[in-house]
Amino acid sequence: MSDILELSAAQAAAAIAAGSLSATELFDFYRSRAAADEAAGEDGLNCFTWVAEEAPGASAPAPLGGVPLAVKDLFCTKGVPSQSGSRILEGYLPPYTASAVARLDAAGASLLAKTNQDEFAMGSSTENSAFGVVRNPWDRRRVPGGSSGGSAAAVAAGLAPWALGTDTGGSIRQPAALCGIVGLKPTYGAISRYGMIAFASSLDQAGPLTRDVRDAALMLRHMVGRDECDATSLQFPEAVALPTAERLDGVRLGVPEELSGEGIEGGVLDAFQAALAHAQELGAEVSHVHLAHAPQALSAYYVLAPAEASSNLARFDGVRYGMRAGDADQPSDLLEMYTRTRHDGFGAEVKRRIMLGTYALSSGYYDAYYGRAQRVRTKIAGDFAAAFEQVDLIVTPTAPTVAFALGEKTDDPLAMYLNDVCTVPMSLAGIPAISIPCGLSAGLPVGLQIAGPAFSENRLLAAAHALEQAIAFDGSGARV
Amino acid sequence: MAQLARLALSEDEIEPMARELSAVLDHVARIAELELDDVAPTSHVVEVTGALRPDVPRPSLPRELALAQAPAVSEDGFLVPSPQAQ
Repeated sequence: MSDILELSAAQAAAAIAAGSLSATELFDFYRSRAAADEAAGEDGLNCFTWVAEEAPGASAPAPLGGVPLAVKDLFCTKGVPSQSGSRILEGYLPPYTASAVARLDAAGASLLAKTNQDEFAMGSSTENSAFGVVRNPWDRRRVPGGSSGGSAAAVAAGLAPWALGTDTGGSIRQPAALCGIVGLKPTYGAISRYGMIAFASSLDQAGPLTRDVRDAALMLRHMVGRDECDATSLQFPEAVALPTAERLDGVRLGVPEELSGEGIEGGVLDAFQAALAHAQELGAEVSHVHLAHAPQALSAYYVLAPAEASSNLARFDGVRYGMRAGDADQPSDLLEMYTRTRHDGFGAEVKRRIMLGTYALSSGYYDAYYGRAQRVRTKIAGDFAAAFEQVDLIVTPTAPTVAFALGEKTDDPLAMYLNDVCTVPMSLAGIPAISIPCGLSAGLPVGLQIAGPAFSENRLLAAAHALEQAIAFDGSGARV
Repeated sequence: MAQLARLALSEDEIEPMARELSAVLDHVARIAELELDDVAPTSHVVEVTGALRPDVPRPSLPRELALAQAPAVSEDGFLVPSPQAQ
């Protein structure tokens, strides 16, 4: 039944509920596609680090009815390898499951596979994984974006109906843009972080990577809410609606000049302008706004995120889990065991960020780096608050370029970091933002980012849905 | 700095690390250009109050599960090299 591939996750769940599709048939369909990619290793897309061996047994009826779900490697899944793309956690089998995954499971989403990612979510190309690079299904010589590159490529290629990712500075939105799918970073605190292997705790947020906006809303609906295992999680203030909007009458869209001109490549700007024209045809009012501190956002982010990472990653010391350097039966000095384990276990980018973060937090430099970056963060949140006095939603290109060539930016960390220029400001402000595909440039997808105030997900999803219908992006070019 | 971060770096890693970190530090120096003296720092963007869960006892992770993923175990604890070796 090849038209299974054409069903969105919501449609598949409805077909299962109606009895026209069996959950086992659906699972087996995707399981065999995912397993084929896994078996091909780097000759395939290399989306997965683990694929289920068989379909789960029959279960009670649930809203998601057994629709298979791909989950980013860094979510702890009980008894299933959860390695966060790192050698230091190779083969790690957690004793518990992350709250976001557990909630989706309870709603009837079955774990299909774990997806490849940049090590500890540090990267924008999924070239920093201990388990090999992921390829972009639109052009296998190019990156899928990152760090949720395995999740994005799997959904775009039709190897999974939908996937769970995480976003710290753009790690859901940017790969969604580069792979031509939908990616939503919810409001900070909307979804529990419990069981997510931490990168930067004040920024990390789980979210959906899906084929369409409706699926993103459906997955979000089953993840949100307060969790007593995450003190920063919040009760979502309203029910998450499945969007049906077709129009944008009276919706005020703001285009920040700081994020829609300099540094954005021409083909991306063309697709962005075309999307704005669609928005106006649908009745939206488009105007310019200012995010005066956006140019400093990336700088602040590359202080705050590495600082938090250097602290979070202190737990990987070769004692309680993961690998230990050398022969465990002939221990040397404890300090040497720590430093050698971390040398052998972490990849180059992770070491760079740990060093950067340790420096930014060290005595004598703390105020100049971490303290100042936190104050810039206040300014950025203030910029957004002021902008949302004038407009309902803010729109930008998601990424400054389309998918770039494998290896193109691996030797220049700063060039890699610049991928996040349009996504980092929203992360620092903790506000929700979605990327939807808005066209092609040179045959490669371009993403449109829409951001709104905290907990405005329903409005955001409605606007994204209306634009999605008008743009009518064809993602079939990426299917394998 | 590597010692502070508990990170061994080999000879051939030191030069590229220093060069790349310098480039990144030059970029992040942009935050020094702003006037921020009267701005409060933001550590978390959402205000959470009363985040404590009910004070109800519940079982913790069983010892054998906690030890199951350790690289080295001795009886009922994690085995590590002596801090005073050598």
